[in-house]
Amino acid sequence: MQVLLSSNQLSETVHQLAAQLSSRHTDLDDVVFVGIQQGGVVVGNDIVTSIQQNNSSKKIQYGQLDITFYRDDIRNEILTPDTMNLPFAIENKTVVLIDDVLFTGRTIKAALDVLLDYGRPAKVELCVLIDRKEHRQFPIQADYVGVTVQTNKTDKVKLVNKEVVLITR
Amino acid sequence: MQLSTRHLLGIKNLTTEDISLILSTAAQFKEVLQRPVKKVPSLRDVTIVNLFYENSTRTRFSFELAEKRLSADTINFASSSSSAAKGETLLDTVNNILSMKVDMVVMRHSASGAPHFLAQHIPAAIINAGDGINEHPTQGLLDAFSIQEKTGTLAGRKVAIIGDIMHSRVAQSNIYLLKKMGAEVTVCGPPTLIPKYISEALGVSVNYNLKETLEWCDVANVLRIQLERQNQVLFSSLREYSLAYGINRNLLDSLHKEIVIMHPGPINRGVEMDSDVADSKQSIILQQVENGVAVRMAVLYLLSGRN
Repeated sequence: MQVLLSSNQLSETVHQLAAQLSSRHTDLDDVVFVGIQQGGVVVGNDIVTSIQQNNSSKKIQYGQLDITFYRDDIRNEILTPDTMNLPFAIENKTVVLIDDVLFTGRTIKAALDVLLDYGRPAKVELCVLIDRKEHRQFPIQADYVGVTVQTNKTDKVKLVNKEVVLITR
Repeated sequence: MQLSTRHLLGIKNLTTEDISLILSTAAQFKEVLQRPVKKVPSLRDVTIVNLFYENSTRTRFSFELAEKRLSADTINFASSSSSAAKGETLLDTVNNILSMKVDMVVMRHSASGAPHFLAQHIPAAIINAGDGINEHPTQGLLDAFSIQEKTGTLAGRKVAIIGDIMHSRVAQSNIYLLKKMGAEVTVCGPPTLIPKYISEALGVSVNYNLKETLEWCDVANVLRIQLERQNQVLFSSLREYSLAYGINRNLLDSLHKEIVIMHPGPINRGVEMDSDVADSKQSIILQQVENGVAVRMAVLYLLSGRN
């Protein structure tokens, strides 16, 4: 097991992503943030808290999205769903999807499918903490990337106890 | 987490973990039903046959809607308009349907144990939608889900099941489930409609007095008088039954607390329950119907894995 981001580096990366998002979206009224269960919600909580600290006047709209019912490999293994919570309309809003690791792109494809069942956003952006760029299986790229890492396809990259670790198989 | 079974034949053989998993998954499906698009693609590669050898409105619609909300392909079978009326056996009918590549079977049958028989002979996942006087597991699950949603918990909850316990598969599934989840259960009705050894067999209390039972309980699940399952006279008249065991407004107002009223439907208004009770704010009868779709979606989803 190798540590890709220590706890300090993780928090620094989160602040950088929050700063990038804040500078791109000066008007937060038309933006909603959505963390993808489960890792994306952990990262999303930290990013949204950081943005909120710098924009204390406005309440940031933040929800959690679960892709369990939309997975394309659902028949291989029936998984238990996580909580889905989008307590706002996404119609004509800019939705910033947040995930911990961008790998094959299949999770993001499923997340887009979920999102479109809630309405028609004006725009969807993607923010990820870690990009495993060379393993993409769908034409999906992130708009905001914390760190790009070189990995083998069989490796696992995970958030464990406030650190990002690489588990080699 | 996975269910410990590949069929849902009854609550009797589910574990408490199975029940908790179904109820928590149902809560997520209930959220799906509030969305603008009330549909998920989870079962789009699954074909389900609804095999109803006995009449049903609510359960059949509820299953069909649950299947459609999961994007499954469905076919409906009603025995009265099918080859069963020409004498085809259950197994032959099902095998013919399965040869058309059906993955799951939802079945209602007037013979207790019919889905268990089927489960031993065919490879598809079987869901019991009510078999004779044995079990109606999805009704038990949706009743539990509704009690939990309304009152917060099942453990320690005092639930009265009132009416025709003898002929009721709903009562049996409810009792199994509530006992497994730590609720207290009292059954109440005329002695002729309560099995003699139910207390010893299922661990429930028996009280023949309606007022006392209602004073005791948090939730009253009132059952339908099933005239179609009785071939002997077990009470003298519907009017007499209603006088002794019918729930009316005056009776509810005379209690020292507000209890939750449930009914699996269809209601015999004026017999087991008056209209001003069925339609009151204490009643969660229509929420039960709404929850039925979410609970059945959860069951279908959790059983849809290919082994």
